[in-house]
Amino acid sequence: MAKISAATLTKVNYKQIGLWLIIGLLVFIVLFPFFWVVRTGLTSPRALYRDTSSLLPVDPTTDNFARVLGILDPNRLIETGAPNISAGTLNFWLYVRNSLIVAGSVAIGQTLFSAMAAYAFARFKFPGRDKIFLIYLTGLMVPGIVLFLPNYVFVRQLGWIGTFQGIVAPSILMSPFAVFFMRQFFLSLNRELEEAALLDGASAFGVFWRIALPLMAGPLLTLGVLTFINSWNDYLWPLLIGRDDSVRVLTVALGIFREQTPQGSPDWTGMMAAAVVSLVPTFVLFIFFGRRVVDSVQFSGFK
Amino acid sequence: MATTLNASGSGAKSSGGLLSKITNNQVILGYLFILPSFIGFSLFFAVPAIRSVIISFHQWNLLSDAQFVGLENYQTLISDARFWDSLRITLTYVLWNIPLQTLLALGIALLMERVHNSSFLRSIFIIPWLLPNVVVGLLFLWILDPTLGIFNNFLQAIGIERQPFVGSPDQAIPTIAGVNIWRHTGYTAILLFAGLKTIPKGLYEAAQIDGANGWVQFRRITLPLLRPVLAFVLVTSIIGSFQVFDTVSIMTRSAGPAGASRVIIYYIYEQVFARRINMGVATAASVVLFLILATVTLIQIRYFRAGRSDLADYS
Repeated sequence: MAKISAATLTKVNYKQIGLWLIIGLLVFIVLFPFFWVVRTGLTSPRALYRDTSSLLPVDPTTDNFARVLGILDPNRLIETGAPNISAGTLNFWLYVRNSLIVAGSVAIGQTLFSAMAAYAFARFKFPGRDKIFLIYLTGLMVPGIVLFLPNYVFVRQLGWIGTFQGIVAPSILMSPFAVFFMRQFFLSLNRELEEAALLDGASAFGVFWRIALPLMAGPLLTLGVLTFINSWNDYLWPLLIGRDDSVRVLTVALGIFREQTPQGSPDWTGMMAAAVVSLVPTFVLFIFFGRRVVDSVQFSGFK
Repeated sequence: MATTLNASGSGAKSSGGLLSKITNNQVILGYLFILPSFIGFSLFFAVPAIRSVIISFHQWNLLSDAQFVGLENYQTLISDARFWDSLRITLTYVLWNIPLQTLLALGIALLMERVHNSSFLRSIFIIPWLLPNVVVGLLFLWILDPTLGIFNNFLQAIGIERQPFVGSPDQAIPTIAGVNIWRHTGYTAILLFAGLKTIPKGLYEAAQIDGANGWVQFRRITLPLLRPVLAFVLVTSIIGSFQVFDTVSIMTRSAGPAGASRVIIYYIYEQVFARRINMGVATAASVVLFLILATVTLIQIRYFRAGRSDLADYS
């Protein structure tokens, strides 16, 4: 008896060990690029070619970060003999600010207005309600590019090329997914509290604002975080609308930085430092809300 | 009872319920609450979807007035070798991207199910999906650099020749597909994992008693019951895959070596920006893409009978 269980134990152990080895490898594949981008960002541009396999930064320095944030004049580095440096002054602070303005306003606007619509679809009765909701859902199926071109024309006619309004306009008022997401949660909400508040003489908007929304703080936060990250990551639309410096968001700035760096010998240390800067907000959000994001992904599989 | 205002109810009754005192206001309130989203939807979803089709029948450079040309833009597309190339390249990309990614994700999902409490693992695996495509593109451009990239150093160390990756016409598309597999597999695995969780454990136990081995259980229980989620994953990831642009535009320049990475969206982008502005041809190409995606989606929904779960057959 003891012999058998020992044998099963070793068999299980081998299986478990194999399983964990595979998982370890997968985690390594996922995380290594992040380590490598930080390592390169901290490497001195003069020393980059000296050892391209060293796991630690070669001749560590924060110059690259200072350079992409506009704190250090790149020409001073070029004078010290650093090769392959983009001479143009970079100001990623400005692009961080622009990205925060765009992603922040889209996250707040889209979440709030979509929640309002979702509440109406879940709670009020009015003619055409279900039809309108269904039409919203078809919006999920139209590929982005079909909308981008006429939207570009429309924003151009409004004179909003190169403005924040132009960049946020298509996404600040709603997204079909956000409406759908919030409606599901409002439908599952017990309406007794809302009815009690109405009985006490609260207005319908007051009930929505002071009762339904606070009860939905969790899903709202999740939706807000997802919307923020999506908007932060957007590239093609802001590239069409906002190449100008004053409204250029981080992704577009990175793309232009990449275009301007010489073909044969790109400014790797600068680009990697800039990439790290652009990842900071995502990681902060991930640390606080990672679990929520995972849960919402699981939710979206069942819509 | 409180069912008065149930949203799913076309057959909802209008009697009773404490909310009924604002029933008269419900119509106005309802419209007020959906007003902002309705404006957004009309201006930036509904109208442009229709306008896209209208523009595709015109010749228009945005500077002078649009001229109706009928189907001419579509004829231009049909006779443009670059357009056909872009379709072929996009399809090649999708064929590299989707099967590998889905199989890998299915493997990882099954793996996560075997591990006790994998919520930490899921959090790790979701990270790549949260990153901007632009950053992912830059990151791998550096890691895969022909002369300096760490991955090529690694290949050399284990005795394989250094590869040009995005620098070569043959490798550009598979490489970009690989990079996007890195970004999306974790996300896909989490979706499939959630699907696996819905399969009743009792089915496996019953199968075990009947002597079915692991492979048979996978074929006869896991795959059929995972079908709705698998269909959802395939439909959304194929639609996304056909629209690849960001990583292509970052990792290769002007459609890559010998135009090897001119995917369909890049072709459209060129019609508007890189060359003479040609809104008509650009929108015509986007309409063609939409038709392709709609067809592919319909076929999949038919094939997978996506709305129905086989679970019903067991209960």
